[in-house]
Amino acid sequence: MKSTISALLLGTAVALTSIGFASAQDKTVKIGALSDQSGLYADLGGPGSTLAAQMAIEDSGLKAKGWTIDLISGDHQNKPDIGTTIARQWFDVDKVDVIVDVPNSGVALAVNNVVKEKNGVYINSGAATSDLTNAQCTPNTVHWTYDTYMLAHSTGQALVKAGGDTWFFLTADYAFGAALERDTTAVITANGGKVVGSVKHPLNTADFSSFLLQAQASKAKIIGLANAGGDTTNSIKQAAEFGIVKGGQKLAALLLFLTDVKAIGLETAQGLNFTETFYWDMNDKTRAFSKRFSERMKNGAMPTMVQAGVYAGLIHYFKALEALGGNPHDGAKVVAKMKEIPTDDPLFGKGAVQPNGRVIHDAYLFEVKKPSESKGPWDFYKLVGTVPGDQAFTPLDKSTCPLLKK
Amino acid sequence: MQALYAQLLVGLINGSFYALLSLGLAVIFGMLNIINFAHGAVYMMGAFVAYFLLNLGGINYWWALIIAPIVVGIFGMILERTMLQWLAGLDHLYGLLLTFGIALIIQGVFQNYFGSSGLPYSIPDQLKGGMNLGFMFLPIYRGWVVIFSLVVCLATWFLIEKTQLGAYLRAATENPTLVRAFGINVPRMITLTYGLGVGLAALAGVLSAPINQVRPLMGADLIIVVFAVVVIGGMGSIMGSIITGFALGVIEGLTKYFYPEASNTVVFVLMVVVLLVKPTGLTGRAA
Repeated sequence: MKSTISALLLGTAVALTSIGFASAQDKTVKIGALSDQSGLYADLGGPGSTLAAQMAIEDSGLKAKGWTIDLISGDHQNKPDIGTTIARQWFDVDKVDVIVDVPNSGVALAVNNVVKEKNGVYINSGAATSDLTNAQCTPNTVHWTYDTYMLAHSTGQALVKAGGDTWFFLTADYAFGAALERDTTAVITANGGKVVGSVKHPLNTADFSSFLLQAQASKAKIIGLANAGGDTTNSIKQAAEFGIVKGGQKLAALLLFLTDVKAIGLETAQGLNFTETFYWDMNDKTRAFSKRFSERMKNGAMPTMVQAGVYAGLIHYFKALEALGGNPHDGAKVVAKMKEIPTDDPLFGKGAVQPNGRVIHDAYLFEVKKPSESKGPWDFYKLVGTVPGDQAFTPLDKSTCPLLKK
Repeated sequence: MQALYAQLLVGLINGSFYALLSLGLAVIFGMLNIINFAHGAVYMMGAFVAYFLLNLGGINYWWALIIAPIVVGIFGMILERTMLQWLAGLDHLYGLLLTFGIALIIQGVFQNYFGSSGLPYSIPDQLKGGMNLGFMFLPIYRGWVVIFSLVVCLATWFLIEKTQLGAYLRAATENPTLVRAFGINVPRMITLTYGLGVGLAALAGVLSAPINQVRPLMGADLIIVVFAVVVIGGMGSIMGSIITGFALGVIEGLTKYFYPEASNTVVFVLMVVVLLVKPTGLTGRAA
């Protein structure tokens, strides 16, 4: 009798333990923030993106629900080989589950392949190339903030429709510049405009005078800047110096970030038209986030749209993890979940992750304020128009992503 | 053809920065035998001092042209007194490593506090605007940079090659012991020379502040090209580095016109060619 009871007890204990094991989910996640930490894109991504990731972890509340979340960061130095080496090491040695940010389209495309090969999750916020969700799309990639298609169809289209029908491009000589020039050219010709010439400059150029003189000599109505970061700020400053805008030609900063405007100064930047998907002074939610962000930045900077995208992308990622309940190491499965849930966060509002990995949300046309209109150290933008998410990004029937053909 | 004139002139403008910077390097190498990798960092400091003078002290560009080189020059002399002087007589590699380390630290500190995209510094009112030369629109400020740096370069050359003080300096590098026997304080002269070289870099920094952004990495981006200029011109040759500086600016400008993709590398291709044909540089003397 006694032995029967103890046998029963033992059996129950074993059964209980096995139930316990079955419900114990692996709830550890490691995030890698890969960015340009010290070069020309460091201010628009870099340490600020790592901070945004940290804030997303804190705000998700997952830690209180038993999750362990680690964050590491790396510097790809704008070199694809360094970027892929770090990504491989992160997956193989450090057991990273998700890579975020990765500005610089050249590096972003290279890392894209590694993430697919290792079945991780890739939430790209910093890179511009629309190839990430077209020919190069993977089941592991989510492209959050913006892309070259969106930039071309907002700023580019608006300028052509306003009469800017002849263009000359200053293009950064790598994947990003080529993609932006390609997508913008398509918009220009579709709207009856013409590209009269272009010049490719090396990445990270200090002096643009030679290129600007060529643009000036082309007599094009619009000089399209298919570059970013320090290259754009230098182009704009030096264009002012050479009297290009005064001479009647108009500059189109196809990609301009908050930190670029800060660096150029309102005096020179005023009146520029451009597109972003996030600005700190949009509503109470963006202002609240940006204030917390700025207080933790060493130089007190407000977040750029890239940094905001890192935050929002991770918030959405955490929602998918919660829905899955655990076991976050199968990247394709997590991304599939991210595509199922509609996106809704304080910074970009409501949207969706499309089957090709493209996140759609509203895009905003801004104009840089005059110095007299600016009320504070980061009060730079005037909202000119809003492009709804479904019109701003590549329509699914035009996407060349192989995932859509299945 | 018009476009070509314009590119030549633009090249000359960039050349004046190369000339000013490589001149400072040549002076330091010629007199102290130190390969000063911190040159880009002090160039950047010059621009930052100008920025601080304007924004914190309300002191304008013209004063900055005088004050910034002095402030940074003093900083350089402190470096020389506290660190570089102990490397005299050692292999070049030690000086290179030390100054490279100093450059990284200075850049790191500035980047920590000011980020990487830089701060705006506007062109002084007197030099705003431009002239239409027929073949191009020349910003007055750029014209000023060419003329001013040419004057500074020639003055430095004159000081070192044609004056009594320059003669002492050159003698001190040839045979310091003998010069000391004549009652000349050689260590102090070396400190002042380093200060002069560093001050020239800071001056170039102030000149470039209104054209480029005042950025922590502005010097790091430039210094490699400037080293190539010094190597092509011949290490330690004053006139050689001035002429090579301007010439390479022009060649780079032309490359930007004919084959822009190569504009970042053309200087180094030239360096390789010169090293193969004449390893001492175009105007260098055999060591």
